[in-house]
Amino acid sequence: MTPLGLLNIAVFFLVILALTKPLGAFMAEVFQGERTFLHPLLRPLERLIYRACGVRENSEQRWTQYAASLVAFSLVCFLFVYAFERLQGLLPLNPMGFGTGHAPGGATRMTPDLAFNTAVSFVTNTNWQAYAGEATLSYLVQMAALAVENFVSAAAGVAVALALVRGLARQQSKTLGNFWVDLTRGVVYVFLPLAFVGALVLGSQGVIQNFRQYTRAATLQGSTDVIPQGPVASQEAIKMLGTNGGGFFNANSAHPFENPTPLSNFIETLMIFAVPAGLTYTFGKMIGDTRQGWALLAAMSVLFLFAVFVVYGAEQRGNPILTRLGIERSATARQPGGNMEGKELRFGIADSALFATVTTDASCGAVSSMHDSYTPLGGLVLLFNIELGEVVFGGVGSGLYGMLLFAMIGVFIAGLMVGRTPEYVGKKIEQKEVKMAMLALIIMAANILMFTGVSSVARFSKRGYWNPPGAAAENTANAGPHGFTEILYAYSSANGNNGSAFAGIDANTPWYNVSTGFAILIGRFLFIIPLLAVAGTLVAKRRIPSTSGTLPTHGALFVGVLIGTVVIVGALTFFPALSLGPIVEHFLMVQGKLFPAVALPW
Amino acid sequence: MWRHIGPAFRLMFAFTILTGFLYPAVVTELCQVFFPRQANGSLIYRHGRVLGSSLIGQNFTSPAYFHPRPSAAGVAGYDPMASGGSNLGPTSRALYERVKADVAQFRAENPGYQGPVPADAVTASASGLDPDISPASAFAQAARVAHARGLSRRQIRHLIRDYTQKRQLGFLGEPRVNVLEINLALDRLAQDRRQ
Repeated sequence: MTPLGLLNIAVFFLVILALTKPLGAFMAEVFQGERTFLHPLLRPLERLIYRACGVRENSEQRWTQYAASLVAFSLVCFLFVYAFERLQGLLPLNPMGFGTGHAPGGATRMTPDLAFNTAVSFVTNTNWQAYAGEATLSYLVQMAALAVENFVSAAAGVAVALALVRGLARQQSKTLGNFWVDLTRGVVYVFLPLAFVGALVLGSQGVIQNFRQYTRAATLQGSTDVIPQGPVASQEAIKMLGTNGGGFFNANSAHPFENPTPLSNFIETLMIFAVPAGLTYTFGKMIGDTRQGWALLAAMSVLFLFAVFVVYGAEQRGNPILTRLGIERSATARQPGGNMEGKELRFGIADSALFATVTTDASCGAVSSMHDSYTPLGGLVLLFNIELGEVVFGGVGSGLYGMLLFAMIGVFIAGLMVGRTPEYVGKKIEQKEVKMAMLALIIMAANILMFTGVSSVARFSKRGYWNPPGAAAENTANAGPHGFTEILYAYSSANGNNGSAFAGIDANTPWYNVSTGFAILIGRFLFIIPLLAVAGTLVAKRRIPSTSGTLPTHGALFVGVLIGTVVIVGALTFFPALSLGPIVEHFLMVQGKLFPAVALPW
Repeated sequence: MWRHIGPAFRLMFAFTILTGFLYPAVVTELCQVFFPRQANGSLIYRHGRVLGSSLIGQNFTSPAYFHPRPSAAGVAGYDPMASGGSNLGPTSRALYERVKADVAQFRAENPGYQGPVPADAVTASASGLDPDISPASAFAQAARVAHARGLSRRQIRHLIRDYTQKRQLGFLGEPRVNVLEINLALDRLAQDRRQ
């Protein structure tokens, strides 16, 4: 680790801390219907949308209605995206002719299973991609189907978090707000203005934004390259801000057209954490005690900083198998050293490790380096970040509601220890809440582990429909424990709605498209619905004043309980699976064992 | 649930118009006005024809050019239509054998260079289109390029220093040398000498 690398991480963290309060306060005003500095400009637009769509701004919904609106909206989104994908050959803004007879050689066909997977993935804020954007999708589909989902799925996540926060903030009430209003305000006041500014900043750095044909270039050495084009900057900005992560290009944020400079990389990394960090303050503001929000942020910060230093350290130490071949391991003034396989030179080790930690802490899933090529310990932390439920800052909305779920479990465990009914921000946490919270956690764990187990052993006929390579484990690019990690990462990413991958796995087969698609749906809706049920019971309760027997949930003790809960639940659930993957791989690597099996004569 | 479908449909329609058409259209217009070069791909022209993009790496094999990093984009590498990394893990035999061969090749091509091989010179980038190499990799190749071009090593080292981009804002990222740009500069140098 170098001083400059550490400085990058420190500056990043301080900027996030500095953004938390202003952005959080702004969002609290927006979502409570107060006037902000953007209202003179955007309020007419908001009202226009309500009028045109028949939304009554002042009506409120119970948790069941709120959930039904969310599910209905997601269903409509799915149909929109699926239709755009399947009909792209008939639609305009398709200069390369994808989905038609003149598609370039090597283009991927939008088959029904791939279109299903992609639509589910973008509607749920996952952005798992089994296709390469530049060789599969027209500008219209990217811009008017996928990028729209980046906006609305992010705003939907925030809406769910708001409903849960209202459940805690209100008392003896029945309603949690109005999904349509929360959704609209999120898009109009939060994501659209931020994305607009972000797109222009990224554009200044070299992110492309045009509707031209792909460019033919006659290279210096006399060959012909086809350079893809497209409306990238507008999509890139919301892809980061909404913690979506679906790249315009296959290489995602490693592609120079998506992320051309170290500064664009720094800004994209900031954009991932900005809204999730701000929402912790919004939470504090809405329940009338900002210390509660800062306590959540403190727990997140500890987990984040720990993870980023482990990843950075592991990647800078590099891969002993390769360094023994005579490669520079240490960073010098003229080269980065470390494990540079799958990393861009302009980002080096520190900024790649920072981005990778941030994108897996959040449910973003954009990548500026290839996680599959990380050292076992670096990759372990990234995978574990996802399996913790992406509550370290987390996705927009989903990070906050996930962390609040852990807070309830945390006070429950603490309550068991002292034999008192647990309380969180003045609400009694009783049987029903704890049951629902545990249900969500158990479903998540089962979703990841069962699909991983099935794909590790499932056999299909070779060149058959479901999985042409044969057995599902044949789709991995790496043999041995690393191959298993690719499968485990795929379903962890799907369940967590992250979307990043150990991308060596060939996931574009009907089996993987359908199974990850269902893992995504389970991970999104079977987490959100129990959570909204919790919000529904909490909102009816009275807020009781704290007594001397109450565990204060804004102090260091509670932060410790919360961190412990997150780590212990995650570790207990996933340790066995992780030990078969990255953990055993680490020990094999330091002994010089390679796969397919060969041992180096060390 | 069905009575929620109506508003869902109408809102989706409204958001598609707003964020799917108006927003990208306005961003395109502004980027084309304020950053036209960047918005169209930072293309490099020579004699009126597109030679490439300063952001997208190209493959170079001739000893008279600086060589880029290994690339996993497409079969031959540096195919802009097939961006991506090798996705080979740390215990992959394929990775070990590839790097071993690349190290041997780097040593054979640059016999004058004795130090450890710069980390970026034998590892494939994430995009497969990395336009840059490290200054260490460029300096290691300097003697070869000088010899192939009949230039002095001092001239080449000077050129590398001129073409080294520092860390952005003094601390972000890594110092780097853009391969296509420095190779174009080499060609210009040769042209100037002929005239």
